[in-house]
Amino acid sequence: MRDLWEAFTGFLRTFGALQLFLLRLIVESPRVLMRPRLVTQQIFNAGALSLVLIMVCGFFVGAVIGLQGHSNLARFGSEDILGLFSALSLMKELGPVITALLFAGRAGTALASEIGLMRTTDQLSAMEMMAIDPVIRVATPRFLGGAISMPLLTAIFTSVGILGSWVVGVPLLGVDAGAFWSQMQAGVGTADVWEGILKSIVFGLAASLIAVWEGYNAIPTAEGVGRATTRTVVITAVVILVFDFMITAMAISLG
Amino acid sequence: MNADHIVEIEDLHYARGTRPIFSGLNLNIRRGEVTAIMGPSGTGKTTLLRLITGQLVPDRGRIRVDGEWLAGLRRDGLYALRRKIGMLFQNGALLTDLSVYENVAFPLREHYELPERLIRHIVLTKLHAVGLRGAAEMLPTELSGGMARRVALARAMATDPRILIYDEPFVGLDPISMGVIVRLVRRMNDALGISSIVVSHDVQEINTVADSSYLISEGKVAASGSPDELSNAPSELVRQFMHGMADGPVPFHFPAPDYTSQLIGNGEGDDDA
Amino acid sequence: MQQTKTVEIGTGAFVALGFAALFFLATQTTSIQRFEEGSYDVTARFDNIGGLKERSPVAMAGVRIGRVESIVFDKDRYEAIVTLRIDSRYDTLPEDSDASILTAGLLGSQYVGLQPGGSDVFLGDGDRLEFTQSAIVLENLIGKFLVNSGED
Repeated sequence: MRDLWEAFTGFLRTFGALQLFLLRLIVESPRVLMRPRLVTQQIFNAGALSLVLIMVCGFFVGAVIGLQGHSNLARFGSEDILGLFSALSLMKELGPVITALLFAGRAGTALASEIGLMRTTDQLSAMEMMAIDPVIRVATPRFLGGAISMPLLTAIFTSVGILGSWVVGVPLLGVDAGAFWSQMQAGVGTADVWEGILKSIVFGLAASLIAVWEGYNAIPTAEGVGRATTRTVVITAVVILVFDFMITAMAISLG
Repeated sequence: MNADHIVEIEDLHYARGTRPIFSGLNLNIRRGEVTAIMGPSGTGKTTLLRLITGQLVPDRGRIRVDGEWLAGLRRDGLYALRRKIGMLFQNGALLTDLSVYENVAFPLREHYELPERLIRHIVLTKLHAVGLRGAAEMLPTELSGGMARRVALARAMATDPRILIYDEPFVGLDPISMGVIVRLVRRMNDALGISSIVVSHDVQEINTVADSSYLISEGKVAASGSPDELSNAPSELVRQFMHGMADGPVPFHFPAPDYTSQLIGNGEGDDDA
Repeated sequence: MQQTKTVEIGTGAFVALGFAALFFLATQTTSIQRFEEGSYDVTARFDNIGGLKERSPVAMAGVRIGRVESIVFDKDRYEAIVTLRIDSRYDTLPEDSDASILTAGLLGSQYVGLQPGGSDVFLGDGDRLEFTQSAIVLENLIGKFLVNSGED
């Protein structure tokens, strides 16, 4: 019973500290954005270096949606709405979620281990000693770089996915090209696009925050850094899926 | 208050968890001298440095650095004070994604808006002082341990601090690198007119470089004075430490239940273990 | 310096590609863009719209020419007022055309089908379609069928 209570208060403390950390990152953001070079470097690390992975995965996810969609829609004689089906599922669900999971695995772990290593090798303490705040110099640019990259990566993933679904559906399985696009355009609304964008922004903030936090608070040993990277992936995955459900439920209830 | 003292520590208490690390430590560091802080492993020498630089806050007692009480300082004041302190970490703590040149330029770029030519001038001067002007374009991963520490020294000096703090500067170095660092500690101190604090347990090197030394044990100052005074001190503990004897007041055996009873039976000894 | 250049080029390319993808999603996968460019609105009153929704297609001769812009309920006359947004490329629809709510396939989604009339006057922005035919609601149809067969 007492253990449970301690676990509970411990969780609350961590959670509170995380909120304060997020607040500091946000407060320092304008100042960091005044030095775009710091952020550019991180957009490169988090975004540009994930690009090939995102595009390859996006293409194959789209292709498999095309395949599954076609074979299932064919049972109802509705192959024509394959374009709509792929676009909606990629835009609203698969795009944001899979991109976020890939982002956690590629960029999130890189961030966590990089910052964790800086902690382990006293680089963060050294900055403190040079009167340079590591939250401003190290954490905030990385947080911003990740948060900016995620929506862009998601858009790329979704677009390439639609292309993948088209490749499977139209040239390979013989869905009418006109129907593919016109059904999609008739059925997809602005709200659907916005839902996807909103999700990717929220997921980007969450995934970047978790990665930076885990790295920043890593236990300064080799094992500690390893654990921080593992935790980054696990926690991000859970948080993303929970948020995904909440945002979807909200979007549906709002109409 | 004494104008001769750049660092004053009064009645310092600090515990990590339930384990007390300092219990009533008093210590003064004189301006313009190289002061050594020695002690067996685990006596909290690095912790002391972090207390002096305000990275940790004492449980009781007070610390004054260059005339300012740390306890009264807020974040900004603390950062302003730290600009007067250069610190050399055990492994150098160079920023791994920057070249040697950029590492030394780092505090300059962060704190001042200087023209590139001036930065270049300062960086090359500092690197020349530690003999590594030729390594300017190398990355920290390409440096040996001794070289990394010299670069870190150049970086610590980049903003012309009043105090230089060395955390275990001699650990894990070959004799030549060790000699280089010893020479640099002395030369920087005298040439720049700064004060140096060296934390170490390398008695030989300390004796050649330090003006005065403090030996810390069990949370207090066990002995202090010039290297000669310490070597000939009557205290058992000081003699054990200075001459590197395996057994003495610091016992060879970690506290344990009685050896015989633990070996013979599985009596109380095992339960305690 | 070489490294800085790589970072700048890479970041620039990535951000450009990202925005291109956003642009693609916003304009090519939805139909919003096309109709905003040039369109006109006409209204039609229906007793029952069935399952018609905003953004349902408007078609003539099976070709999509617009979409349902809004549906509101007229509480005085207990009717639905449906606003149809029609692409301005199709600006020669006779004003006495009639609108009916039809179903694509047996159980498919519903759309508004326009049937051309014979007038020389064409529909313009704000006009009203006089002739409408409500959605056929399956339950009503079955109910009617049962009543009729009972009378026999």
